[in-house]
Amino acid sequence: MTTLTPPIHPPSTPPATPSRAASAPPVPYRSIRATKGFSALNLGEIFHYRDLLVTLAIKDIKVRYKQTALGIAWVVIQPLIAAVIFSFVFGKVANISTGPIPYIVFSFASFLAWNLFSGIVTRISTCLTNNSHLISKVFFPRLVLPLSTVPTFFLDFTICLGVLAAFIIPNLNNIHLGLPLLLFPVWIALLTLLAVGLGIYFAALNVTYRDVQYIVPVAMQMLMYASPIAYPSSVIENQKPYLQALFHLNPLTNLLEGFRWSVLGSAPPHWGWALYSTAVTIAIFFLGALIFKRMERKFADII
Amino acid sequence: MTASNIAISVRNLTKEFVIAHEEKHSTLAERIVSRLKRPFHRAPKETFSALKNVSFDIYKGDIVGIIGRNGSGKSTLLRVLSNITHPTRGEIDLYGRVGSLLEVGTGFHPELTGRENIYLNGAILGMTRAEIRRQFDAIVDFAEVEKFLDTPVKRYSSGMYVRLAFAVAAHLNPEILIVDEVLAVGDAEFQNKCIGKMQDVAKDGSRTVLFVSHNVGAVETLCTRAILLDAGKVLLDGDVQTATKQYLQRNIKDHLADGIIVGKGYDLCGLRVSKPNLGTLSTFDPCEINISFRAHQPCSTAIHFLLEDSRGTLVMGIDSSNLTPNIKCTPDTIASYKFQIDSFPLIAGIYRLRIIIRNDTDFWHWEVPHAFNVPVESGEVYGTRQVEQKWNGTTAVRAKVAISTAAVPQDADANHDSNSTYINTPLSVG
Repeated sequence: MTTLTPPIHPPSTPPATPSRAASAPPVPYRSIRATKGFSALNLGEIFHYRDLLVTLAIKDIKVRYKQTALGIAWVVIQPLIAAVIFSFVFGKVANISTGPIPYIVFSFASFLAWNLFSGIVTRISTCLTNNSHLISKVFFPRLVLPLSTVPTFFLDFTICLGVLAAFIIPNLNNIHLGLPLLLFPVWIALLTLLAVGLGIYFAALNVTYRDVQYIVPVAMQMLMYASPIAYPSSVIENQKPYLQALFHLNPLTNLLEGFRWSVLGSAPPHWGWALYSTAVTIAIFFLGALIFKRMERKFADII
Repeated sequence: MTASNIAISVRNLTKEFVIAHEEKHSTLAERIVSRLKRPFHRAPKETFSALKNVSFDIYKGDIVGIIGRNGSGKSTLLRVLSNITHPTRGEIDLYGRVGSLLEVGTGFHPELTGRENIYLNGAILGMTRAEIRRQFDAIVDFAEVEKFLDTPVKRYSSGMYVRLAFAVAAHLNPEILIVDEVLAVGDAEFQNKCIGKMQDVAKDGSRTVLFVSHNVGAVETLCTRAILLDAGKVLLDGDVQTATKQYLQRNIKDHLADGIIVGKGYDLCGLRVSKPNLGTLSTFDPCEINISFRAHQPCSTAIHFLLEDSRGTLVMGIDSSNLTPNIKCTPDTIASYKFQIDSFPLIAGIYRLRIIIRNDTDFWHWEVPHAFNVPVESGEVYGTRQVEQKWNGTTAVRAKVAISTAAVPQDADANHDSNSTYINTPLSVG
């Protein structure tokens, strides 16, 4: 046993501010203050917890297809089946024209981008409630949880890109790739940013209102048909101007057009609308992050 | 103590929770109607303060036990200090890396192997991957799970699971360690290992431990200082003995408060533990336990009473059915039991009394709530001096010692001839 005599501080002792200031107190490692309203994003703190982010992401990837016979093949099979169904319904029955690009290639490419987007939004929107045991028992910057879901979807996306390449190469006579390919990472970055921004907003809301987790899949379904995934934007060309504007107000429209322009060499997006989408995406991301940070203080109490 | 030695400083910490009292609507239609009638009506809200103006300083090397009854704010305090929930008012400064252990095995994933879970759990507790890699062998050693490292933890026995989980936590090396009631899980061996590990942490002297427990024994063994919380306020902040004593004494009685306690199947009408002529119990004196109750329906009833020591260990119990046949209780009679103990066998201290009324007709029982602590007076058990639990356990034993002396035999060889059964080997040879 140490001979340390414990200091006795009766609770009534007022804080000895002057003497503490005089003896040059050490700098606290962490200070906790009761704060209200919006607070800074504090990306430095997230960087500090990067190991946790990486570990959680690795866990997500490892756990994903445990005890499945086909394993990681599901990553490819799922969008492939969707693309086949779409090429029957929209390509054959509805006879939508995708120009020189074969419909199946068109829809498969669209699906990759869409799955990246919708997968991230859906997964993030429930990531807090699914990990309530972590939130109520351990401290870490709460943004780590939603961010750690992103790498899984990037991995899926990358694997599927390989399959897409296998689709494109035999069709290189019809698909003209070129410089637009350089903008490919930009579209992916914007799609991800938009998905994360929306996702973290839903996630924070889902802590208080579990209704969100039922609304999000339905909303995603609606958004999928409202966005040019099964069809190119050109099908809307003959519609009334206000309908066209409404169509382009959806930031996904322009990002998807841009994405296909890069990987399939289809018609370039409308640059004004593309700029608009970029601005909206960045705004949604920061707004989502700010709201998340504001609501984060109550997570452990409510969840 | 100087300010440079400070580890945790808490000033006027208050944590409030808002409890909304929602009106009951049995159907959705009812709910919609009431909403339409009063669209801007908000459910009445009530604030509940889990912590009220708590202030204290903790210095490097302190091992502080936080004790208090359920709902006194202990866990909330740890959660606020761990930065899990946010304070409503007040300031906290932490001078060092904080590691919180509010639960063993937080974030373990059943599908992952032991190896993978070490990395996962370590990262969740705030270790970097490099740190875990450095400690990996020590963790596996401590947990004794080498053979099963590559088995998913869902196939682990619960013992292995808990060992692995604690091993990771034990190798978290923060300057400030916050531990909540984790000792409650696992078997006795595991609990001893935990206490041992925390004592090792403490020996260092530069590290600080905050430890919440109901187990007064564990607090007394481990801590150098204790904070007693009651209803969200610091009641006492000082040395361990004073705090634990006060904690135990807060609920000392020898009889139940006046009035009837209505329970499940029974009403308790009276309960008293004392000497036959009233007065505090003392060792080896006669003791009487009087209990009277009324059954709600006719049944065959037995009374079982238990005494636990401050560590929660059962030290004594008497079941009436072992001594006398069960009686038939009816709703229109009050049954009174008088247990008489000729010589009360426990050493001075405070014991928790639990009373269980058992219905042997329908095979269920009711444990009387508001069980209280019974003091046993310090007495010179053997008429010589104080006997303490610390050195003598809780049971007083009537014993005699017979001592005789004899001269050491002059000749060593004589031992072989001697009839002494105590000295079989020569004390010295040659």
